[in-house]
Amino acid sequence: MAVITYRQALHDTLRAEMLRDDSVFLLGEEIGVFEGSYKITAGLLAEFGPAQVRDTPISEEGFVGAAVGAAMLGMRPVVEIMTLNFSLLAIDQIVNHAAKIYAMFGGQVAVPMVIRTPGGGGQQLAATHSQNLEVWYAHIPGMKVVAPATPADAKGLLTAAIRDDDPVLVLENLALYNTRGEVPDGEQVGEIGTAAVIKPGTDLTVVSYSRATVIALDVARQLEDEHISIEVVDLRSLRPLDRETICASVRKTSRAVVLEDDWLTYGVGAEIAATIQEGAFDYLDAPVRRVAAAEVPLPYAKPLELAALPDAGALAKVIGEVLDATRFSR
Amino acid sequence: MTDVLMPRLSDTMTEGVLSQWLKDEGAPVHRGDVLAEIETDKATMELEAYDEGVLERHLVAPGTTVPIGQPIAVIGDGTGTASAAAGPSAAPAEPAPAAPPTAAAPTAAAPAPAALPEPAPGAAAVRTSPLARATAREHGIDLTKITGTGPGGRIVRADVQAAITDAAPTPQPAPAPAPAPPPPAAAGDEKIPLSAVRRITARRLTESATAPHFYLTAIVDAGRLLGFRAEINQRLAASGVKISVTDLLVRACAVTLRAHPEVNASWGGDHILRRANIHIGIAVAIDDGLIVPVIRDADRKSIGEIASVAHVLADRARAGKLTPDEFTGSTFTISNLGMYGIDHFTAVINPPEAAILAVGAATEEPVVRDGQVVPATVMKLTMSIDHRVLDGATAAAFLHELVQVLEEPLRIVV
Repeated sequence: MAVITYRQALHDTLRAEMLRDDSVFLLGEEIGVFEGSYKITAGLLAEFGPAQVRDTPISEEGFVGAAVGAAMLGMRPVVEIMTLNFSLLAIDQIVNHAAKIYAMFGGQVAVPMVIRTPGGGGQQLAATHSQNLEVWYAHIPGMKVVAPATPADAKGLLTAAIRDDDPVLVLENLALYNTRGEVPDGEQVGEIGTAAVIKPGTDLTVVSYSRATVIALDVARQLEDEHISIEVVDLRSLRPLDRETICASVRKTSRAVVLEDDWLTYGVGAEIAATIQEGAFDYLDAPVRRVAAAEVPLPYAKPLELAALPDAGALAKVIGEVLDATRFSR
Repeated sequence: MTDVLMPRLSDTMTEGVLSQWLKDEGAPVHRGDVLAEIETDKATMELEAYDEGVLERHLVAPGTTVPIGQPIAVIGDGTGTASAAAGPSAAPAEPAPAAPPTAAAPTAAAPAPAALPEPAPGAAAVRTSPLARATAREHGIDLTKITGTGPGGRIVRADVQAAITDAAPTPQPAPAPAPAPPPPAAAGDEKIPLSAVRRITARRLTESATAPHFYLTAIVDAGRLLGFRAEINQRLAASGVKISVTDLLVRACAVTLRAHPEVNASWGGDHILRRANIHIGIAVAIDDGLIVPVIRDADRKSIGEIASVAHVLADRARAGKLTPDEFTGSTFTISNLGMYGIDHFTAVINPPEAAILAVGAATEEPVVRDGQVVPATVMKLTMSIDHRVLDGATAAAFLHELVQVLEEPLRIVV
């Protein structure tokens, strides 16, 4: 077990999967010679050569479409889209082709491809480069969307995504690349579609994913000092969604708050709240609350950007409000 | 359409009495208009409108006691469609739809809809959390008999748990002496229902009984104090301000507290809270109980200021018009029964304060001075002290200096 960064975990996983299976190949902008905008693919062109590490033109629709075709013919392409924002240029290939081909052609051909792409704000990249649009893809039947929060899950879920026979979008996050954590050695195939209780607790459930999980865990640990026991459920997979783990937690705690980096309206939290009221209605002692990004295009100015993103303070405040609403005595 | 809710007007308020409506049904309402008078546990206050429109319906009649958060009236657009809260015939309340967005603002800078306020509860419906409902069902608890303490009066699990605990047969402790039963009412006895003020007075003073009290008494030679007061009042005669002995005591206590900050403290359960400001409460008898208006920052007010503030507060107290910030937050309290001819008494601490000063009447008594028995005007001061906060010697040092200040009254003003 080594402590490595999220970035390193992704890099090592790509390399291990390419070594294991030469039908796995990478394509994307600046991933080869430049070694990737975020250096996930550092050293891989030199090691595997241009057949397995392909630099593409700035043409998202083109190279995502090429990956769809390659996957249909038996390859396992792993596409890097420089940021989730640029996936909008390829959305027809993803939504109308990658996600639908298996169903529309009667199961004759699968599309075992992966799209790796970072979302998230907080880097002063301004409104068009700081979005959390994962819910657009999590909405689509035929897609799978995973959002690892830790280096260990980055390894396990990327491995699983590459070996999965359906198109999988692996949501990374700019703010997570440098985070560190313990990663088990050897082959680790995660399970797509299972959430994890990453901190058990009894008083209130916080549901989150990706960067928000890191914040939720921090807040939960701080509140331990105040004798408030928060259970943190890390979704890990937005589609399929592990509704049972979420509901089981809320049945235990009777209180729930969702922390999400996307916008509140029609966001991931809306789906979680609906899931909870369907699956744990009689166990709720207060309405499910959501803490999400402010409903503005993310500002460039640092203080405004920080104000627009959900943070630990906002989460702690809402947790306090839910506890108060249920006469929780500390 | 908006429900007007019973507001929380003081820290201790859990319900209010709608004393009278000052706006009739059908009357137009502007923001800031006074809709009604609400009697809280301590005072009668005015309820202002926060919304524009027409007062479409009163939901409660004058004299009704209403828990905070419950709707008492509906303000609408005058078409009578504002039936968010249930009238007698209305269907179970539906959440009012959120206001339709105005035409898309080009900046998209609409306020985040993060916390859509929860819809006001219907007056007739019992609001419960699902968990409270399930728990009640399981234990056979009748939810209509429970008062909810969650937002808007929602019954939450804690409320049901409390009801379950109450309903459980209490194991009979073997030798427990039965509390004395209330004496049977004899012919001619009258049972007087508790007013809000009486109830809160009783509750607060019962709280005080948990404080282990001790008492210190000292005698003040008050001759110079009374002379000083007469002199000031002569000077102030033209201004109409009249200084009372209590006013001088307020300032004397404030000045002495400044030198003894350990007395200006309160009991906090797991800590002692030493208060930064000196706010002196004055116990005032009102028709049906006791109220303690507060002279804030008494150590920074002149005698004249104290006198005029105290005068106004006492008048407002007797009229039941004190606002919560006028009768809460004292750090030390004075109770003066001198005007009733009481020589000496002990007062009950105003919790969570550390001490209270009980002041008796100034009386002529023979005292021995330089071996001679001479007549003198004396006043007995008795301090009741919470022993958890203060010990005897500390409190004695305070009282000793207070006596010196009163006997050398120039020290009150300098």
